Amino acid sequence: MAIKEESYRLSNLKALEAESIGIIREVAAEFDNPVMLYSVGKDSSVMAHLAIKAFYPKKVPFPLLHIDTGYKFPEMYEFRDYYTKKHELDLRIHRNEEALKRGVNPLSVGTVKCCADLKTKALLDALKEGGYDAAFGGARRDEEKSRAKERIYSFRDKHGQWNPKNQKPELWSLFNSKIDPGESIRVFPLSNWTELDIWTYIYHENIDIVPLYFAKERPVIEKNGQLIPVYTDEHEGEVKDVMCRFRTLGCHYCTGAVKSEADTLPKIIEEMMVARHSERITRVIDHDQDSSMEQKKKEGYF
Amino acid sequence: MSSDSLIEQNQNIDLLRFATAGSVDDGKSTLIGRLLYDSKSIFEDQLNTIRTFSRAHRNQEIDYSLVTDGLKSEREQGITIDVAYRFFSTPKRRFIIADTPGHEQYTRNMATGASNASLALILVDARNGVVTQTKRHSFISSLLGIRNFVVAVNKMDLVDYSEEVFDNIVNEFNAFADKLSDESVYYIPISALKGDNVIERSENMPWYKGSTLLDYLENVNVSGGRNLVEFRFPVQYVNWGGGDDFRGYCGTIASGVIHKGDKVRVLPSGKTSKISRIVTYDGDLDYAFAPMAVTLCLEDDIDISRGDTIAKVDDLPGIAGSLEANVVWMDSTPLEIGKDYFIKHTTSTVKGNFEEVVHEFDPDDISMKSSEFLGLNGIGKVKIELKSPIFADIYSENRATGSFIVIDPLTNQTAAAGMITKYKQVSPDKACKAVKARIITYTGDKKEEAKVNYDRLSMHGTHCIYVDDDLLQETLCKGVPMDSVKYTEMIDDLCKIATRSGVSVVVCSDHLSS
Repeated sequence: MAIKEESYRLSNLKALEAESIGIIREVAAEFDNPVMLYSVGKDSSVMAHLAIKAFYPKKVPFPLLHIDTGYKFPEMYEFRDYYTKKHELDLRIHRNEEALKRGVNPLSVGTVKCCADLKTKALLDALKEGGYDAAFGGARRDEEKSRAKERIYSFRDKHGQWNPKNQKPELWSLFNSKIDPGESIRVFPLSNWTELDIWTYIYHENIDIVPLYFAKERPVIEKNGQLIPVYTDEHEGEVKDVMCRFRTLGCHYCTGAVKSEADTLPKIIEEMMVARHSERITRVIDHDQDSSMEQKKKEGYF
Repeated sequence: MSSDSLIEQNQNIDLLRFATAGSVDDGKSTLIGRLLYDSKSIFEDQLNTIRTFSRAHRNQEIDYSLVTDGLKSEREQGITIDVAYRFFSTPKRRFIIADTPGHEQYTRNMATGASNASLALILVDARNGVVTQTKRHSFISSLLGIRNFVVAVNKMDLVDYSEEVFDNIVNEFNAFADKLSDESVYYIPISALKGDNVIERSENMPWYKGSTLLDYLENVNVSGGRNLVEFRFPVQYVNWGGGDDFRGYCGTIASGVIHKGDKVRVLPSGKTSKISRIVTYDGDLDYAFAPMAVTLCLEDDIDISRGDTIAKVDDLPGIAGSLEANVVWMDSTPLEIGKDYFIKHTTSTVKGNFEEVVHEFDPDDISMKSSEFLGLNGIGKVKIELKSPIFADIYSENRATGSFIVIDPLTNQTAAAGMITKYKQVSPDKACKAVKARIITYTGDKKEEAKVNYDRLSMHGTHCIYVDDDLLQETLCKGVPMDSVKYTEMIDDLCKIATRSGVSVVVCSDHLSS
């Protein structure tokens, strides 16, 4: 990754890295109270890594916020605590305790309502309580078609809502950070990265990720064509051990694994290069209804 | 090939960013859909969703426009509202496409997509020829500095693949392009719907001997627009504090190259120093170049804040007190002469107002007409008076230091994109005074609040000091009674000395003179 002597060319990854670091510093300089959303996934790991790089040798000057639904994979909680401690990141955690007490989960109320309570509401409440005027998210434009429409600075009104029809024009790398009290900006420093870029960068930079991304034999059940991991003994009989890994991480109820032999980063990258399905095919919540991601985003979901 | 070299190779292939342009219904989304589909860049699950929707709502096997029209309201209306950024790659090149809308109402989104592109793919409907919107988009692309144009004459299947129709459009566009500055234009007759000359060479147009669209995009030599000559480093964030004596200036190199040991001058103060370190997380560098994001350290301790610019001693940008610029107006509220706007340029945001609209351009023939203001999608040359100077270059020589956006302070809307064509220089001395140090006072039990504000100012790169009564009693004013005239005078003097040197003061005391 070193720059070749007297060559003034940046590799694709170095150019993406420079662009993202520029965005992260710009937000830290212009907003009073920024926060970085940290979902523990691979994109979060990359985004946090970029923040560490942006302010080196000083510490990252804003906190990380994990919106915890309470139903994340156990490996994710373990990794979250390890990663943030290792890099001395200021981690805040927010859960919609009231909804959890009510017993909200995807089986009891369905995925749409569950997401609305445990993710969107929790996120909006946490942003409001923290008084954050800018929140970084790790979304990429190549992920999903409504995300392909996002600006890097995505304006949200007082209720945290997105209006895709009225996005501010965004020219060059000059970002408009003027907002009124109560309004906020979601910032997507990884907008121009692809899934393959993320993996290649993780490989080159040796970035820690949750072990669930690597293939191994895991107990799963098959449900609507998805391989859903099992953490309780209620499915006895249907459970089988399958060599699999996860392309994205979410709540364990709603995230399927893919059959895979890729147990190292180079193998994952090779798998990516020939992938014929999008990474979000395993996310049950994306397929709730037509335009479900766009709808969630309008309401305030990332 | 080993996976390591495969990964390496994939990283080193070239990237081309291009933006689509053209009128509504010229078939931009369909063309992009076709490019992605034929280059096998659409995942199967996404394709299945598109297939299902196409069969149910469009009565056809695949409506390629659904690949990019990602918003529900776009699919409902069959139009593109906002830019969609799509990625695809071939073994030869990686591409980022900004698929921009054709509707006049959404011209601002077209400019958004074009501002970071190095090539414009302009679609023309073979049946309609070159229309006003085609010209408007081409003109905006040209103003934004795009020099490579591909004109894809689409829907050739609907004009019997006629060579004559194609030639007429080529002549028509050529006549228009002559009025732009130095564009290279390539023409390709295509049918996005049927796939003629998009990736596969068309059997329906044997008279066409040129490249297919993908072939052209893969091989076109695009001049980068990157300036490696003049070193410009707008200071973005001052990195210091936290118990050690590290003080670095973070930023993205806007243009040029910097080596460790180079002599630099800081604007607006005009002070000189040497680069002592180029700091990155991966270790210190001997040199760095645009567009790297680095942290610079200087040998001397000089006052530098966000918005300042570091340049080489003998190669400075202009210290601009007023501007002449081309602007594309993007707000439904028209430009108002004399009203205060924010001008965001590199890392500094200053206030400025429009003195006059020198002329407005008619996008149909790039003729100039006199105008009192610019309305939505208006393009014109304007004069701007700035309340504080900016450190600028001409846009055609330096994109990063020659561009700015205009923000309406009442609505916070991004009202315009500007490209500097000329500026009036102010003396460095005057520029220095324009950055005024302030005295911020707190009285009563506001110590905590004052400290928070001090931290915030420091974080944002303002040079400032903090004092309160306890601190004064321990140091400067030891033994001086707090209610005495002498005590008040001493605080006043301290503030005067600090602000005269450009340092702001946050002071919390009940014994201030006013």
